Amino acid sequence: MNQTLVLFRRMTDYPADSHTLDRYLETGGYEQARVALGKTRDELVELVKSSGLIGRGGAGFSAGMKWSFLAPARPAYLVVNGDESEPGTFKDRQLLERDPHQMIEGMIIAAVANEVHEAFIYIRGEYPKPARRVQQAVFEAYERGYLGPNVMGTGYHLDITVHLGAGAYICGEETALLNSLEGRRGEPRLKPPFFPAAKGLYMLPTIVNNVETISNLPHIVERGIDWYRDLGHDVDTGTFLFSISGHVKKPGNYELPHGITWRELIYDVAGGIRSDNELKAWVPGGASAPWFVPSKHLDLQITKSVTDTSGSMLGSGAVIVMDETTDMVAAAERLVRFFAEESCGQCTPCREGTTWLDMILRRMLDGGGRAVDLDLLYDVSDNISVGVGWPPKQTTICPLGPSAVSAVKSLLEYFRPEAEEHISRANRVPLAIKGVGA
Amino acid sequence: MTWSAETLARAHDIIARYPQRRSAVMPLLYIAMREDGRLTDDGMRQVAELTGLTPAQVQSVASFYVMYKTEAQGKYLVSVCSSISCFLLGADDVLHAVEQAAGVPAGEADEEIGVEHAECIGACGGAPACLVNFELVEGLTPEKAKEMIEWLRNAKPDVINADELQTLFGGRRSFDWAIKEENGAIGPYPAFPPFGTAAHNTQPLEPGRRPMSNSQPAPLEGGTS
Repeated sequence: MNQTLVLFRRMTDYPADSHTLDRYLETGGYEQARVALGKTRDELVELVKSSGLIGRGGAGFSAGMKWSFLAPARPAYLVVNGDESEPGTFKDRQLLERDPHQMIEGMIIAAVANEVHEAFIYIRGEYPKPARRVQQAVFEAYERGYLGPNVMGTGYHLDITVHLGAGAYICGEETALLNSLEGRRGEPRLKPPFFPAAKGLYMLPTIVNNVETISNLPHIVERGIDWYRDLGHDVDTGTFLFSISGHVKKPGNYELPHGITWRELIYDVAGGIRSDNELKAWVPGGASAPWFVPSKHLDLQITKSVTDTSGSMLGSGAVIVMDETTDMVAAAERLVRFFAEESCGQCTPCREGTTWLDMILRRMLDGGGRAVDLDLLYDVSDNISVGVGWPPKQTTICPLGPSAVSAVKSLLEYFRPEAEEHISRANRVPLAIKGVGA
Repeated sequence: MTWSAETLARAHDIIARYPQRRSAVMPLLYIAMREDGRLTDDGMRQVAELTGLTPAQVQSVASFYVMYKTEAQGKYLVSVCSSISCFLLGADDVLHAVEQAAGVPAGEADEEIGVEHAECIGACGGAPACLVNFELVEGLTPEKAKEMIEWLRNAKPDVINADELQTLFGGRRSFDWAIKEENGAIGPYPAFPPFGTAAHNTQPLEPGRRPMSNSQPAPLEGGTS
């Protein structure tokens, strides 16, 4: 199956220098920023709204709608979220490293559309190389007049600052990111009242968009709504970047339209399972997403609505594939551990709940599981996300806590016998011998 | 102890990029790490003075983020990813190999090498992966990881360059890196211009300081180049 190259086009055609301004200009770069600079806010917001562009950060909200909510107070800010940290996701790293000008041009378009003159790119601390490339690109853009006090000779003023995070997954949550950018602990803010579009950075109206979302903008401006909608499938317009990892033969980032099936994605695009093993389960949209299993989900179409109604989500586009050799309790533990480590600690159900889920799963792995542990896992999950349903209910300020529940819920739903086996008498070793605490 | 005039000038340049100076806390904390090799009380006081916060406020920020290290990390901090995609492909074995080769358990450091496990570092297509001073190496095996630690001990590179490490010890990458980079990290903090990168010395290392096996990186199979 061929990729539909839009965002990855330039880096595929010109691998050696797709990140340079010269190559960017030679391939039509910054022409769409010029077009956008001649348009009004209403025209641009309407364009992006009708394109159907959905935010690519994981929450799946219409980008144009988000823009239209921006409160009238000024100054307003634009913040590009490059804090990509969802386990399984590595698409933004490729966009940042290999085509930074595409994002910067998208930022100019977003800035004009939202009457913004000051923008920030928040890149996670573990991505110094992408940050260096973006910083270099920003310098080049300033030097040649694509940024600064007089953008492309139009008198429009736009400054962009690259800001490096310092190792906190939660800063990918937009209000936590804003706190971090203000020089605070990266703790999410309560919504309402702190919707970034109204009370964002320094309590001023702020647009927060993901790197991939922003990188789509020059293409939408250039080729229009009809082209962008035709690229996609039904209401899922445009292309989608899938990050495929785990037990497949050809992991990587792939740019594809929606509407193919999971079977095509895993067996055709990603080359199938390593050593031709059996597929056991996969995570369809980042570590926060409930798992899919071949007996139920392999021939489902990959669209936002089908995935949502089947009990999971496309999220950040990260597909993590697990073969028959995978110990599902160990996989669940590893997913839960991530959220336990990354919980910011503000909300008790998340701070305590994720830690307890991890401890219970770990004692099951260590041979210290108890007969009541599966019920206990459910009970703790229920405290974090009432009813353990989908979409998850939230007892916390942000969705991190409920995200940890996804793996536990999936384990209990699809692999309960395997989990029971872990705590059966045959596997038990007295705790004193294992040195495992209760 | 205060920062040099040059460092202070750099700090003021950074502060000027933000609408409110408090926002400069994070980049300034990295400068403080570069100055002292780790985050010290003096460094945090200096950041507090520059940003108009109290030292306690600065410490509350610093303690939230895992990349601000108040303990010495040695010259090379090796962060082995242990999240799901790397875990599925043997990350725990890589971490154990690193611990054994370095003689340092995860979470600790000697004079030269610090070892830690990291949560997802965004290299899932090139799993298992690790960072050395936050420069990426993808497609590791336990054997290659061991060689890498021995190489760090013997060659003692001044600059950690990802291309060099990947060529010597890496395997499958998440995507084609395509472009060679001269720069690299000079300490256990991210190599980003405001806090200091250095050009990599492209002179070949002396014989005998090479790793034991010097194989080429595996060809890239998946993904878009």
